[in-house]
Order: sequence, then structure tokens, then C-alpha cells
Amino acid sequence: MSAPEREVPGMLDSLFAVARRDLLLAWKRPGDVLNPLFFFAMVCTLFPLAVGPSAEQLTFSGPGVLWVAALLAMLIALNSLFLSDFDDGSLEQLLVSPQPLPLLAIGKTAAHWLTSGLPLVLVSPIVAITYRMPGSVVVVLMLTLTLGTMSLSLLGSIGAALTVGLHRGTALLSLLILPLSMPVLIIGANTVSLAAGNETYSAGVWALAAYAVGALSLAPYATAAALRISNE
Amino acid sequence: MATESEALTAQFSGRDLTLFRGDRCLFRDIGFALQAGELLLFEGSNGSGKTSLMKAIVGLLELESGVIEWNGKPVGEQRQVFHGSLVWMAHRVGLKADLTLVENLHFESSLRPQSADDLDSVLERLDISRLKPLPLRSLSAGQQRRVALARMLLADVPLWLMDEPFTNLDREGRTLVMRLVKEHLAEGGLCAMAAHQDVDIDATVKKVVL
Repeated sequence: MSAPEREVPGMLDSLFAVARRDLLLAWKRPGDVLNPLFFFAMVCTLFPLAVGPSAEQLTFSGPGVLWVAALLAMLIALNSLFLSDFDDGSLEQLLVSPQPLPLLAIGKTAAHWLTSGLPLVLVSPIVAITYRMPGSVVVVLMLTLTLGTMSLSLLGSIGAALTVGLHRGTALLSLLILPLSMPVLIIGANTVSLAAGNETYSAGVWALAAYAVGALSLAPYATAAALRISNE
Repeated sequence: MATESEALTAQFSGRDLTLFRGDRCLFRDIGFALQAGELLLFEGSNGSGKTSLMKAIVGLLELESGVIEWNGKPVGEQRQVFHGSLVWMAHRVGLKADLTLVENLHFESSLRPQSADDLDSVLERLDISRLKPLPLRSLSAGQQRRVALARMLLADVPLWLMDEPFTNLDREGRTLVMRLVKEHLAEGGLCAMAAHQDVDIDATVKKVVL
């Protein structure tokens, strides 16, 4: 019992355990996953009905509409990232565990992206049909959405951690996250537009990838600090 | 209160602890010193700051002043070692209501050192093995407390922090908690407990009155 060298489980084990637990929870409550996805699909399919079926207009506005809808869907999903853990006290238990909090934050954010960002990426080719996007542009759309939603999840985790202690912090969360997510939206939508116009678009993809890497290396620390503050 | 010589040999001690919440001083200059096999009892009326003291000990609240030491070193300098040596039974159980108790305990096992105890035998002892396939939300509050006790038993840590461990438990459950604490102390563990009611136990008990 009192042997001093007790084996603390490995850091990566805890990261995967957190991610696995959150995926299991999402599996048991699919409504939370489907809500943002329905929102995304609805906005994207209703828009052409409202503006009319002119092919020219749809190809022109498609990238922008898809990207705005994806950004808003991510914002809707973000609110729940830490909320249930905060409410039932399991966040406190994570904070007093011997595992590094930034890694646990990465685990939670990864599971969150797999249940919010990835479904959007997978559904986007279907809704892109409504905008008459050719296959080559759809590939670019999926690539940019993958990188962009990763950044949004990571940046959003900071905001979600900061506002988790405030009840109904959704509006504040959006305000905190929007300035940081503007570059993602602008670069993402423009890259898809460039691809649709048969121009070189690789710079935008690289920029989004760089943004995602930057977010991955910095956001977990900020999220961990924010979680500690929210729990005071 | 801890005297100077006691504090030097103690495994777990606190000195001059002061905590403010807003403008209000919850406690000022309190101290304790605990050896292996001893029970520390935080006593005080509702709102006297027992839970806040526990939260300050685990590092969730920042103390105005004072040092908490584990094995002679301030816990602030060895946060990870200290967190790896304790398990905290908080007021809320801190388990996921949608998962079964096995899924919950399996997740907990990846966070901290685990004892060699077999899951089934622990559940049997706590009288909750028949609840295995149920999601936690369908368990009563007392049964959920027993799952939190299972988390404690399965963790191989010397320090148990228990915030009102008797809440929601029936008489049988309360004697069970006392028996588990006694066994833990007999094996050389330490326990700090916040409780309203008198604790009757055959071990060295130190008290901090808030």
C-alpha cells in the first residue's frame, strides 16, 4: 500500500481514455451530435430555395454559405464541450487527477471534433450537390473544412472553458471565439471560391493547416488555465 | 493545531492556512499535521468552510496564505505527485450519469494508480455488483455514493479526502464507510474527512474546528 513508487497510468493512456469516454457518451446521446449537423444541413439546403435556382448565383455563393453554416454549427456544438463535466463534478475530478490537464483538454477536444467537425466534413459533399460544385472543388471543400473545423474546435475549447462557470454563457462564448475564427472563415471560403474559379488555391490550404497547427500547440494550455479559473 | 515538532515528521500537514471568498474570511491561521494511520476530521457548521478547505487542499481554490505539505514538501511544488497520492470523494460524485458503473470505473482507472483489488470483489463488498449493467442515472443517490467509494477502493493511493462521506447513505452504508476508513488507516493510509456527525472510530483522530 505505502510503497512510494506507485505506477501512475501513462499520459497518453489518459488522453485516449478521456477521448474514448466522451465518444461513448456521444454514442449514448446521439441528439447532441445530430443537432449541429441538422442545423448545417438545413441552412445549406434552405439557402438555394430562398435565392432561387440560378446556377450562376449558386456556384458563386456556395462556398461562402457552406462555410458560414459550418462555423455557426461548430459554435452551437461548442457550448456543450465542458458543460456536463462541470455540472456533474467530473471536471473537478479531472482537475485533481495526476494527469497533465492540457493533455486531458486535447483528449476532450479531439472527441468533440470527431463528433462535431468530422460529421460536417462528411456531410458537406452531399449538400455541395445543391450548389452544383464539381468533384474537384468538393475535395477542396472537404480538405479546408477538415483543417478549419479542427482550428475552430481547438480555439473554441478555450472559450468553452472560460464560460463554463457562467450559466448561459453562449453569447459570450460566441463573442470570444468569433474574432479568432474570422481568419479561418475568410481563408476557408476564399480557398474554395478560388478552386471553383480554377485558380491556384494551395496557399489557402497551407494557411489553414498552419493555423490548425498553431491552435493545436497553444490552445490546450490556454484551455487548461481557463478550466482552473472557471473552477475557482 | 499542529505543533512545530509534529509538523516536521508529518506526512501531510498544513500551516497558517487562511482562505478568503470575496471579502469574507472563511478561516484564518489553521493548521494540521497527520501521520500514516491517522484520521483528520474537519468540524464545523454549515457554511463554515469545510468544503472550501478541501478544495484548497486539492488545489482548486487558492489560499490567501499558508503552506500545505506532503512528505515534507509543499504540494504546490509537486502537484502531480500529490495528486497521484490522493483520491477525493467530493460532494458531487463526479461520475457520468449516462455510463454504467463499470464504464465509469474503467475510465477512472486510467487516471490514477490502481490497486491490485479485483473490480468484482470490490463491487461485491459495496453491495453494488447487481447494478453493473445499469447506467448511473438510474441508481439512487446512495448507490451512486457507493460507486464513488468503489473508485476510492480501486485507487492505490495513501490519502483519502472525503467530503461528507455519509450523505445519502443508509445506516449500513455509514458503518461500511467507517469500516473501510479503519482498514485504510490500518494499512498505513491517511484520511481527511469533513463531517457533521460524530465519527466513532478506533484510530488516532485529529480535529480541526472551523
